[in-house]
Amino acid sequence: MTAEINTRLLVEILTARRDDFLAQWTRTIGDDLQGRLSLAELGHELGELYEAVLKAISIGGLDGRGEHFGEARSLLIELSRNRARQGFTPTETARSVFALKEVLEPSLAGEAASAQAYLQFARLLDDLGLLTTEAYVRTREEIISSQAEQLLELSTPVVKLWDGVVGVPLVGTLDSARTQVVMEKLLQTLVDTDSTHAIIDITGVPTVDTQVAQHLLKTVVAARMMGARCIISGIRPQIAQTIVALGIEFGDIPTNSSLADALRQALKEIALETEDDVKGLL
Amino acid sequence: MKDFGAAGVTAEAIPVANSSDVVSARQTVRNLSQRSGMSLVHQTKLVTAASELGRNMLIYGGGGVVRVAAVTDGGRSGIFVEFRDQGPGIGDIELAMTDGWTSGNGMGLGLSGAKRLVDEFDIETGPSGTTVRIVKWGR
Repeated sequence: MTAEINTRLLVEILTARRDDFLAQWTRTIGDDLQGRLSLAELGHELGELYEAVLKAISIGGLDGRGEHFGEARSLLIELSRNRARQGFTPTETARSVFALKEVLEPSLAGEAASAQAYLQFARLLDDLGLLTTEAYVRTREEIISSQAEQLLELSTPVVKLWDGVVGVPLVGTLDSARTQVVMEKLLQTLVDTDSTHAIIDITGVPTVDTQVAQHLLKTVVAARMMGARCIISGIRPQIAQTIVALGIEFGDIPTNSSLADALRQALKEIALETEDDVKGLL
Repeated sequence: MKDFGAAGVTAEAIPVANSSDVVSARQTVRNLSQRSGMSLVHQTKLVTAASELGRNMLIYGGGGVVRVAAVTDGGRSGIFVEFRDQGPGIGDIELAMTDGWTSGNGMGLGLSGAKRLVDEFDIETGPSGTTVRIVKWGR
């Protein structure tokens, strides 16, 4: 019973003093954000949110997790997303919700009957405030994972070095996801450029452990299946010693210390093949 | 092997729960060995060993904690790294240390290779987890 009375009391006061509360709310947050968001824009956002919350309370009471709060929640998530993109901190976003408590406190906390309603409303706002933080974190994670994906694309170019020779300069850490991208790009480029030789340069790979070696070997085997010959270049002295100590064997895959040497070797092989071709045909 | 854990006041602990943590643990080892003036070959060997053991810990031990410390012993200085997980442990340690043997789909060179890359290597394993400690002495 008391819950219903409290709800009715809240709805009445929130409806009656709507403009007053809303103006104060906007002003409080406006001060907080120090002009990084225009007051008109802020007022519009908060107005929508205020209406949605008021509507939800009058329909189904103060349970912020209930279904009737769906609209208010999606508005909040939207607001939180926008703030995350604009570079506001999660504290600032959550404070936007909590500030409504400050606005209502003077008019509600004074009397015993309305104080209870105020406390319940405060609990509701806590719930909604936490929701913005949750949405904020999720948005950030989405941004981070999409950036990671972009980086993956960026950092794996396959370039044509000469007629019939493509090069793959690898930089950074070589994990399964990147190996997959490199392999796909390399095989496609071999077909597109009609190349017979591929040079995989690992000068920019700081650590060659068994996982990296395994990924490299798989890439080489795949390229071989398409009739291309692979050379691994950019093996520095410390990497060579580490690979030997680890016990990794590259088998008959030719390796080189520099990309230039690898290119020379590839060109020599191509020249030899061309000679053979001519002799065979004529 | 002497436990350098207590002496490791300068120790940094890196929790490892996914493959990017392995990279950051590796990075910490690299930074510390660079600062201690280790030669490039030694650095690379140590970092590679840390990479192997860190990934082993993640794949077979379900993740754990890597601790890195700069240590000294009788005038020589080196880097101590400890990998501790709460995984199911290694059943047959001798088999696991054999070149080319793997229970997963790796090359089977991680444990044995890592041992060859460092100066001191110590492994304790049981049903409540595995701890690997390595030391690489600087030049």
